[in-house]
This record gives sequence, structure tokens and C-alpha cells, in this order.
Amino acid sequence: MNTRQLVTVFLLALFCFGMILLAGCARQEEEGNVIKIGVAGPMQFIHGQHHMLGAQMAADEINDAGGIKVGDDYYTIELVKIDTNELLSVDDASSAVEKAIAQDNIDLLVGTIRTEAAVAIQELMMDHQKIYITCGASFKEMADKVSQDYDRYKYWFRLTPLNGELLAKASLLLLQHVGQVMKDDYGIETPKVAVVCEEAAAGDTLAAVAQQVIPSFGMEVAGVWRPSPQATDMTAELAAIRDSGAQIIYTYLSSSGGVTYARQWGELKIPAASVGINVEAQSKGFIEATDNYGNYEFTLNTYAPVEITEKTIKWYEDFIAKAGEFPTYNAGTYDALYIYKEAVERAGTLDLDAVIEEMEKTRFTSACGIQAFDENHDVIWGPEYVTAVGTQWQDGELKCVWPYDWQGITYPGTVKYQLPPWVEEALQK
Amino acid sequence: MLANILVTTLVNAAAYAMLAVGFSLIFGVGRIINLAHTAYYMLAGFSIYTLVATAGCPAAPAVLLTIALITVIAVLCYKLLIDPMREHETTVLIITIALALVFQELMLKYFGGQFRSVPSLARGFFVILGVQVTRQHALTCMVLVLILGAVWLLLQKTRLGLAIRATAQDKEVANLMGMDVSRIAAITAAISAALAATAGALVAPLNILEPHMWLHPLTIILAIVVLGGLGSIKGSILGAVIIALSESLVIFLLPQGSFLKGAFSLLIMIIVLLIRPEGLFGVALEGER
Repeated sequence: MNTRQLVTVFLLALFCFGMILLAGCARQEEEGNVIKIGVAGPMQFIHGQHHMLGAQMAADEINDAGGIKVGDDYYTIELVKIDTNELLSVDDASSAVEKAIAQDNIDLLVGTIRTEAAVAIQELMMDHQKIYITCGASFKEMADKVSQDYDRYKYWFRLTPLNGELLAKASLLLLQHVGQVMKDDYGIETPKVAVVCEEAAAGDTLAAVAQQVIPSFGMEVAGVWRPSPQATDMTAELAAIRDSGAQIIYTYLSSSGGVTYARQWGELKIPAASVGINVEAQSKGFIEATDNYGNYEFTLNTYAPVEITEKTIKWYEDFIAKAGEFPTYNAGTYDALYIYKEAVERAGTLDLDAVIEEMEKTRFTSACGIQAFDENHDVIWGPEYVTAVGTQWQDGELKCVWPYDWQGITYPGTVKYQLPPWVEEALQK
Repeated sequence: MLANILVTTLVNAAAYAMLAVGFSLIFGVGRIINLAHTAYYMLAGFSIYTLVATAGCPAAPAVLLTIALITVIAVLCYKLLIDPMREHETTVLIITIALALVFQELMLKYFGGQFRSVPSLARGFFVILGVQVTRQHALTCMVLVLILGAVWLLLQKTRLGLAIRATAQDKEVANLMGMDVSRIAAITAAISAALAATAGALVAPLNILEPHMWLHPLTIILAIVVLGGLGSIKGSILGAVIIALSESLVIFLLPQGSFLKGAFSLLIMIIVLLIRPEGLFGVALEGER
């Protein structure tokens, strides 16, 4: 190699090195003004789609308004869509999030729905010391870890839904409401209640709590049925419930079994009012999925088209306009982004300890109520905070029917709960 | 309670038998364990949903069009993927399960994971022996009887039926007698797929329409046909009744364990196989080999 060739190679190498340095600097500058937020959920399903849409709506609004103000600088939000596939394979969830941490370098994570996936992701995010706001899983023990080992779990928060124990309490208030209607309108002093809770971790809690609490409401437990979450046929269970003489069915159904149940309950006109938690009954497609037999199904819900706060109706309508669907609790990612934004802006820094300290002081007016966190970083339930709502399908429309003068609360737009006509007929007999 | 158990058993058995008969038929003739059988049922459900709910087609033409469409798809899959590998049973198993997964992913991609329903052909219910039975369940029972009659007539009274039975009994001898065994297996595959598509019209409205809906019935019909004896149609009917009865018993006698109904059915299958490894009416495959 002669001198001329050596110089050429040297110049080329210098040029390449310079380009790499420039690209690095540009990337650093670009990343310096961006906060990457991972949105994790099963993206082929409505749950993940609502995680994504909620986050997208918030990110668009925040970015359009200039971004997140940190001191004198503004940061834009970049969302990283993470398909966890957790409804079909829990194992996929951790690896998808791990990839987002390693390759996409996310700063924050929101979403996830299945407890098994959320618990694994919680550990992963704590290992990496990154903030993780759960919007979808109700497992109470995730929150207990915060008080047990604050230094490790302080990065974790839950926004939606309420934890399992609170869900049980709130859904049993709906049951009490139906029992009261039967007592007031038909003089039924001790309604018989069939407990139908799917065989799952949350179902265990709700079935146990329901059996303890129902007698204290002046009601009687007619029997307990534990179908599979994916039950494809419930005619036998419904026939047995009818045989038991139950006048109310208290449900916890979080998966496809909820559609099967409601469809067959409506088609067979089982003479017992259905109330509790039926996650599928929160979605717009429920009436079609039940072949129009899902009317009168009464379920605990997070959002409803009533004035829970001044934000609710506009946000609810905006969401429907974009998604073509009612928002489910997974759309809480919208609030998660705003809560993080406000905490960062109050802290004036991206330093995690300072941001977490501010997040702990959150009092955010969201579409589902006033959101604040308890000492375990779990969303607070109560009359002055998030109450949850009870929604019922009436004439093919989802109506808010609870709270109805509960602790003095009736959100404007709430209507009266309706017993199914075939149940009224049976009660009159 | 007894009437409840009996009626629930019969209506559920009809739905199971509807799916199991076609599965059993193709095994009896082609010795093909077609794990894609319930995927055809799932495809039929989506086809009827699309034609009725989206395109506004009346139910009856939608069902007929679907049966024709699914049959064509099944025959194409059989000729292109299964027939060349027919002698390799394990390969066929893998091909059919892969085929089912491909159909599932295609439906997931196109329709998403939302739960839908296939409109019922008959709405409402009536009461038999004090037990409420949906009209769709009753229709399924009636059509099952008609289909069983038609399959019996086909197998017993036609030249094609004779050829199918001959191939099922001994395909080498049937081949030596000049029968086109491959063609007969393809015709049986078409009949089997048509039965799966009919099940899609009758049983799918009883369930939820979603891309994974083929998995649960596959487990149940495997239990049914193994219990009744692989390849035996009457075994499939009896197997369906036994499995439906065991499920009803669990729900009525052990309500808190109703999620165990599937496991209990499979336990019964294992017990029967321990006593009669070939199932109730099946052929002894070990002897055949």
C-alpha cells in the first residue's frame, strides 16, 4: 500500500468516525427531548387497544400543547407499543416488556391486564428501577409489596381498576342495591342469591367475600357456581340456578364466559336479576355479542356517560369517536400519562425519586373521579375519590344506574335501575 | 333435578355429536386425525357472521354458501397438504394443527379478538319436562337426527357409501379391487368438512364467536371419539352422551366445582380407555398395524 492509498484509507476512516459521532450526537439530542413511554397490553384484543388509544389521546394532547415541561425544557412523549399477548400466553408479556426496556429504552411503562403478566412485569420494572403504572390488573398483593419493601417497589402505582378487595366491596354494593329494589317494590325480605364467580384468582376472593357478606345484607346464599372463565356453555349452570330458587345472581366474570352467560341468561329468561362484575358487559359490542339478549345485565364499571366529573362526558364521547367503543378500565392509560406529566412538572426534574414523591401527592380530576394514591400506591376508592359506577344495559344502551343516592352521591345523568320484566313477573307470582 | 340433568345432557350431547361425527368419519375412512376439523367449524362461524351480520344476507342462503365455501377450502387443503402425507400419521397431525393455527391467526388478523355471536337460526326457548331448552338447541337436535339419517343412508344404500365402507375396512384390498382410495378419502374429507360447517351454523350460535373458539371443542370431541372408539359414528354419539352426562352431573351435583366439568369428562375417558383401550366401538389399531 503506497502513501496515497494510506492517506485515502485514513481519510475514509476519519470520515466514517465523524459520521458515527455526528449520528450519536444527533441521537443524543433527539433522545434528550423525548420521554419514551411503553404502552403494554394484548394489542389484538380490545383491552390492549384501549390501553393504546387512551395513551395515544393523552400523548397527542400533551405534545400538541408543547410537551412535558421539565425546568425550562420541553419534552415530547413518544409512545412505544408493546404487544404483550398476555391473554393467550403470559410468558410473552415479560419478554415483550424486556425488549422494550433493552432496545427501545422506555422511561416509563403503563398498561397490562392479566394479574399473572402484571406481577412478572412489576418485578422486571422494579429490577430496572423504572416507573410502572398498572392500568388493568386488580391483584391486591401487587400494592402490598410497596409497604413491605418501599425502596424496591416505590416505582409501582395502580390506577385502574380498583384492587380486588375494593372491587368486591363495590360490586357487593350493587348487589345490595338490587336487593333493596326487590324489598321496596316487591316486599321480598330475604332474597336468595346465586353466586357465579369464574374459577380464577380474583374469582376466589370475590366468591369468598360474597358468601361472608351476603347474609349481613339480609340475603341468603342459594348456591355457589364456579364456571371456567372461558366457558362456552352455561345452560346447565343456569338450569341449576333456576332450580335453586335464586332471585338474584351475583357474578364475577372477566372473560368470554361473561358473554356466554349473559346471552343464555337472557335467552332462557332465568327468573333472577343479574348483578356484579361482567367485564364484557362494559364493552359496546356486548349487546351484539349476546345476540341482543344482554339487556338488563348490571355490572360494575369504571366509566359511564354521566357527570362523574366535569371531564367525563366530553372525554367519554371523544373516546367513542376515536375507538368506536366505550372506554374500559384499560383506557386509564390516558390519566396515567397526565398524572406522570403533572408530577414531573411539579418536580421540575426527571429525577425518579423527586417524580415519585410528587406522584404520591397526586390529586387528579379524571373522567372516572378524583384519582389519588394511598400509602401502597394503590388508587383510593371512596365518595370523594373514585367511586366506580354501576352500569346497566337498558334497551340496547349502556346506562349509569349506580351510585344512586349512595353516600349522598347520584351523578347527574344517572337513571333508575330496572329489573328485567321476566324477573318482575316471577317476583309478582 | 333428574329431568334437568336428562334434558341438559341430551341437548348438549347433540351439539357435541354434531362436531364429533364428521371428525370420526374422516378417521374411519382415511385414518386421518384431522385436528383442523373444529377450525373449519370456526371458519364457518365467521363466514356466516360476515354474510349475515355484515353483508345482510338472509340466514338460509348464508348457511348454504358457507357449507359450500368451507367444503371447497377443506378439499383444497386435503389435496394440497394432507393427501401427499397421508401415510405419515404424525406428519398429518402436525400439518392439521398447523393449518388450524393458520386459520386462527388469519381470523385474528382480520376480525381481531373481540367476542361476537353468530345469529341464532331459531330464537327463544320452550319448556320440556319443566326444563327450559333454547330453540337453537332443539334445532340442533333435530338436524343431528336428520344428518345421522342422511349419513346412514349414504353409507348403507349408495355405491359411494359401499366404497367408503370398503376403504374404511381395508384400504389395500379396496385399492386392489380397483377403487380409487385417494379419491374416496377426498370425498370423505369433503363430507366431513361439510358436517363441520353445518355445525358452524347450528352450534356456533350457542357459543361465542372468536378466533380461538376451535380449541375447546377440539378437546371435547377428541375425548368423545376416543371414548366412543376412533372411527365409529355410533361410538361418537354414545361418547357425546356420556361426556354431556358427566358434565351435567358435575354442574348439578357439585356446583362449586363446575369448572371441573371438562377435567371430569377427560377422567371418564381415561377410565374407559384403561378398561377398553380401543374405546367403546373402536377398532384395535395395534392389531391393525
